[in-house]
Amino acid sequence: MSIFVNNDTRLLVQGITGNEGKFHTLQCVDYGTNVVAGVTPGKGGQDVDGIPVFNTVEDAVQATGANASMIFVPPPFAADAIMEAADAGIALIVCITEGIPAHDMLRVKTFLKSSASRLIGPNCPGIITPGACKIGIMPGPIHTSGTIGVISRSGTLTYEVVHQLSRVGLGQSTCVGIGGDPVIGTNFIDCLAAFAQDDATAGIVMVGEIGGNAEEEAAAFIRDNVDKPVVGFIAGLTAPPGRRMGHAGAIISGSSGTGSAKIAAMEDCGLNVCRNLGKLGVFCSDVFC
Amino acid sequence: MKLHEYQAKELFGHAGLPVPMGKVARTPDQAVQHADALGFPLAIKAQVHAGGRGKAGGIQVVADMEEAKAAIDAILGMTLQTAQTGTTGKKVSTILLEKGVDIDHEYYLSILPDRDTAALMIIASTEGGMNIEDVADKTPEKIIRVRVNPLIGIQPYHLRRIAFGLGLSGENFKSFCSVLAKLYKTVIDNDLLLAEINPLALTAEGDFILLDAKVDVDSNSLFRHKELAASYDNSEDDPLELEARKYNLNYIRLSGNVGTMVNGAGLAMATMDIIKQAGAEPANFLDVGGGANAEMIENGFRILLSDKDVQAILINIFGGILRCDVLATGVVQAAKKIGLTLPVVVRMEGTNVDEGRRIMAESGLDLATAVDLQDAAEKISTIAGLA
Repeated sequence: MSIFVNNDTRLLVQGITGNEGKFHTLQCVDYGTNVVAGVTPGKGGQDVDGIPVFNTVEDAVQATGANASMIFVPPPFAADAIMEAADAGIALIVCITEGIPAHDMLRVKTFLKSSASRLIGPNCPGIITPGACKIGIMPGPIHTSGTIGVISRSGTLTYEVVHQLSRVGLGQSTCVGIGGDPVIGTNFIDCLAAFAQDDATAGIVMVGEIGGNAEEEAAAFIRDNVDKPVVGFIAGLTAPPGRRMGHAGAIISGSSGTGSAKIAAMEDCGLNVCRNLGKLGVFCSDVFC
Repeated sequence: MKLHEYQAKELFGHAGLPVPMGKVARTPDQAVQHADALGFPLAIKAQVHAGGRGKAGGIQVVADMEEAKAAIDAILGMTLQTAQTGTTGKKVSTILLEKGVDIDHEYYLSILPDRDTAALMIIASTEGGMNIEDVADKTPEKIIRVRVNPLIGIQPYHLRRIAFGLGLSGENFKSFCSVLAKLYKTVIDNDLLLAEINPLALTAEGDFILLDAKVDVDSNSLFRHKELAASYDNSEDDPLELEARKYNLNYIRLSGNVGTMVNGAGLAMATMDIIKQAGAEPANFLDVGGGANAEMIENGFRILLSDKDVQAILINIFGGILRCDVLATGVVQAAKKIGLTLPVVVRMEGTNVDEGRRIMAESGLDLATAVDLQDAAEKISTIAGLA
């Protein structure tokens, strides 16, 4: 099994006709993801490599039974795209777009509270269940099927972690990139709760970074609710305060959001914290095997 | 994107919020003229993108022209070193002169997005004029927090909760509610990540006035705020950071001696950390992004080499969208064009890694290849002679 995505996932892609949208759609198809439709307003009736394109998400869902969406719509229009997908009843919405205004995301996230849709991202690499379904921009070949769940706020840092896991023989059940923005849909705790319930997941790796207090809250949740072993890693211990380190959410404000506070909270709650990224694979192997 | 206090007050003034009468000066002559026109008492305030100005001597209140001239001389052109500027400090090239007001009480008021609840958080306190984190530490009961659902916006009950919480009544209650409602609208209309009024003063005449104003505009929203974007004062920014921005490179200069070039923000931060753990100090954060091409790599490399403190460079790329052969081509091009004088360690993994390694090896350049991250960190500390 896995969390959030599996062989029943029927994917549509919003923004499928753009360069990035098209490129990554075809990569997902190559990986084996069942991509059933694309949406680009005004381009309904066309196709991308045989995938039918519709004007609206509503049309695409009616025609194809899509139950997940991957979004490559540019930042000014991305909030609208997420809400359109939710309104059409899409169960899982994965928004790759980076640079959506924070106030747009406040409204989107509040709107989603009254819907059954789950949002992953924005500003994320997506989600992959190795060997079954890839929704996102991560390189497929580094992943191997297995029992470790991975949750991360970052993109390439997640690839690094997954690569090291695969190299020491630790395959992954599902890897979720929750995104580097301050306001995101699915958070650490949502994923931890799902991994805790997932029979196919034996251990969890949680990759955090400076900014906000999501890691601290996740650590407390793990202490109280998760029986499986968890390895934690935090990026940005050398980041200066007050500067946004690439990700909109990666900023130390005043005394809150520092890496050392997050590591302390994780250790207090019984997580196995790895401090050296170069040795993360070996560290995980010691914890999980 | 931070605005100066005077720019924030212009924004609030246009929104109908009460701000002190003030004028901006960039030369001593201009400042003296403004002082004369405004009259006394007068506040003279350094305009830099950093808090803690008062304690560092960047704000003075003067009673007459003699004091004003001394304060103008002292502040204009000074290098202000506050808790937020770091040790290099910031040179003051602009000052704000403001007509003094007769203060009865100082309040604290701020609005910011709350990342966890996806609401707009309003924070208020009767303890204005102090660092709000200190107030929260010592007297948490004096902090009022009210969350506003962004889909319904601010309602009269939100205003009442805060105004009653601050112990206001009568005319003061009404005028405070009007200030808060307008402040909320300004935050929404301008995509602000922070609007902090500290202090919000109640004058002896019974009027509220925004004595200080700190504003952070969401950089992601600038496509719909062209005027705000154009108003940004970049004179305090590091010249290399400005150069990097031209090429869409995410670069932050730090004080170490090992330059880094990485794709992806999380991996870039982790690479800085690993350099430190290997016994060296990172000279910068540089995220070339997922969609970087050979030209962007070249520009990034050039920026690293123009930092005189850099003694060695670590390139760490996990190829996904950015292919390793593209990276290698960019690095080789840049190194040949600029004339490489520093030791460079390259660690590549992912898409087309073999092709990338081949390009590096056949370039004839002295580039050290690392097999993994651990190896890269050890090589860099040995090369830089820092381990």
